[in-house]
Amino acid sequence: MNWDWEKLRENQQKYEKNKGGSGGPGMPRPPQMDEIFNKFKRFKFPGIFIGIIVLLVLYLGSSTFFTVDRSEVGVVQRFGKFNRLAQPGLNFKLPTGIEKVTKVNVRTPETEEFGVRAADRAGAYGNASESSLMLTGDLNVGVVPWIVQYRRADPRAYLFNVKDVTSLLRNMSEATMRTIVGDRSINEVITERAEIAQAAREMLQAELDNAKAGIAIVNIEMKRTNVPEPVQASFNQVNQAIQEKEQTIYKAKEEYNKAVPLARGEAQRMIKDAEGYAIDRVNRAQGDAAKFLAVFEAYDLARDVTRKRMYLETMGDVLPKIGAKYIIDADQKNVLPLLNLGDGASTLQDRYLQKGE
Amino acid sequence: MNAQQIKVLGVAVLVILAVVVYDAAFIVDETEQVVITQFGRITGEPVVEPGLNFKMPFIQKTNYFAKNLLEWDGSPGQIPTRDKTYIWVDTFARWRITDPLTYFQTVKDEFSAQKRLDDLIDPATRNLISSYPLAEIVRNTDRPMDTFEGFGADTEAKMEEEAPRKVRYTVNLGRDEITRRIVAQAKEKLEEFGIELVDVKIKRINYIDSVRRSVYDRMIAERNQIAEKFRAEGRGEASNIRGEKEKDLQEIKSEAYKVAQTTKGKADAQAAGIYADAYGKDPEFYAFLKTMDLYAQALEKDSTLILSTDSDVMQFMKGVAE
Repeated sequence: MNWDWEKLRENQQKYEKNKGGSGGPGMPRPPQMDEIFNKFKRFKFPGIFIGIIVLLVLYLGSSTFFTVDRSEVGVVQRFGKFNRLAQPGLNFKLPTGIEKVTKVNVRTPETEEFGVRAADRAGAYGNASESSLMLTGDLNVGVVPWIVQYRRADPRAYLFNVKDVTSLLRNMSEATMRTIVGDRSINEVITERAEIAQAAREMLQAELDNAKAGIAIVNIEMKRTNVPEPVQASFNQVNQAIQEKEQTIYKAKEEYNKAVPLARGEAQRMIKDAEGYAIDRVNRAQGDAAKFLAVFEAYDLARDVTRKRMYLETMGDVLPKIGAKYIIDADQKNVLPLLNLGDGASTLQDRYLQKGE
Repeated sequence: MNAQQIKVLGVAVLVILAVVVYDAAFIVDETEQVVITQFGRITGEPVVEPGLNFKMPFIQKTNYFAKNLLEWDGSPGQIPTRDKTYIWVDTFARWRITDPLTYFQTVKDEFSAQKRLDDLIDPATRNLISSYPLAEIVRNTDRPMDTFEGFGADTEAKMEEEAPRKVRYTVNLGRDEITRRIVAQAKEKLEEFGIELVDVKIKRINYIDSVRRSVYDRMIAERNQIAEKFRAEGRGEASNIRGEKEKDLQEIKSEAYKVAQTTKGKADAQAAGIYADAYGKDPEFYAFLKTMDLYAQALEKDSTLILSTDSDVMQFMKGVAE
């Protein structure tokens, strides 16, 4: 080693003599090397140690402290073995080679999307996104896009227990959602999104806990669930039919409501009429009876006279009204010759009246 | 040899020592386990605990294997179910190396381990999927499902009506049980490779293209039938309401008629009683009075009256004989 350096130094000096230390294109070493060689010259071997140690100390020293962000936790491993967790702020550790720190964001939720941008990911099966097409429990096909938000709740478990947590999370989300949807009818898939999200969240969390993946599911959000595009029209038909059904029923109810209250009113009127009739009838009866009784009382006092008077009064009223009047002798038995129905009657009448008076 | 040369030699020795120590020491991460081999042959127990470890430098070699949960992704395949429906099935599995020595001897690296998993899980999946009807694979439990949209006023009635439809699929095993059986089939064989198969999950199931089209047609037909059913229900309900209306109208009218007639009848009876009471005092006088009234009303201008001189009115016509 020693003689190599000597040789190099000689070469160096040769170059310096030839080129005048200008550092031309033929120069095999950068100018800093001069300083190092000068140092070698001056300090000899202890200088090498000091130089190396200074560099090493600088390098290792810079690796003994680190900052952990507010949303992070640092996981410190000593010789690969988990040692401690470092909380946010300035932290110290043993230098590189002994301790290693991995910072894990434990607060900010991450998002994984499934079949949300259906148009972007045309699958091998056609236009609809493969990850959102699912078989429902009644063996229909539904389109179920969803989003999983998760947080790395346990940084230690997250780092050490599962090889590729994101991949596990994606695969497990799909498997879970399909299991949940596979137990529900297409109607339930479309109308009960919240319930499905809840069930999927519980199931997925259980699976991840089981794998000790250190992941906490923050939320599962179901996007608009639907049926595949070719079937959508017929589903809308059903909704329309439901509307039609309601409408038909409302129409009939309207007719009912139009007719029945009116009939009730009319019925009430009929009853009131009858009641009116009854009151009228009874009142009249009572009136008639009172009148009769009053007259009867008077009549009872002088029967013959009153009777005659009443008879004659009536006759007095009646007779003037009558147009044709014939007075026949009680002895005359046959009245026919006298009766001449028609105009002649008046002449006869006149004649007989004059004659009678 | 001068002092300078001694110092250089010292440095050289130190460097060599450092290299030896560096090769002898090895770090095992939390996620790793190590099998030590000497000239290709395994020596000693595998290192499974993380931390700093030592081996014989240069002659011993470290072979690192993963200790954490690993993933296997199945290739989607087209499998007919027992009811002859062709479906695409995409599975994934989780596994770990539980016996690194056996693993090292039989499969050596993860790439060939994945190959073994392919060879064992895929056939097991095919076996089980093709021996059950589709419903068993899709469904997990025999949870009753609401297969028709049930809302509006008549939900309850419909529930009852659709009860048989709800239990249309009886599920004996369900997806979980079938995947457990897939695991059971492959697990034992994988143990020979030092691999523990943790689970197999069905990631995706879908109809193949041609089946899907007919399923869509079926869905459309089913929906149309449901739509028709709703319309018919609407019309039926409307007819029912109209019938109800007619009935109610008849009832209201006849009820009113009944009440009216009863009221009138009672009034008539009461009136008759009043008349009878009053006129009963002297029926003959009543007859006289009524007759008088009758005369007054019945005889008019164009009536012809023939009076005999015998009558009370004209009795004095011929004279006032006593």
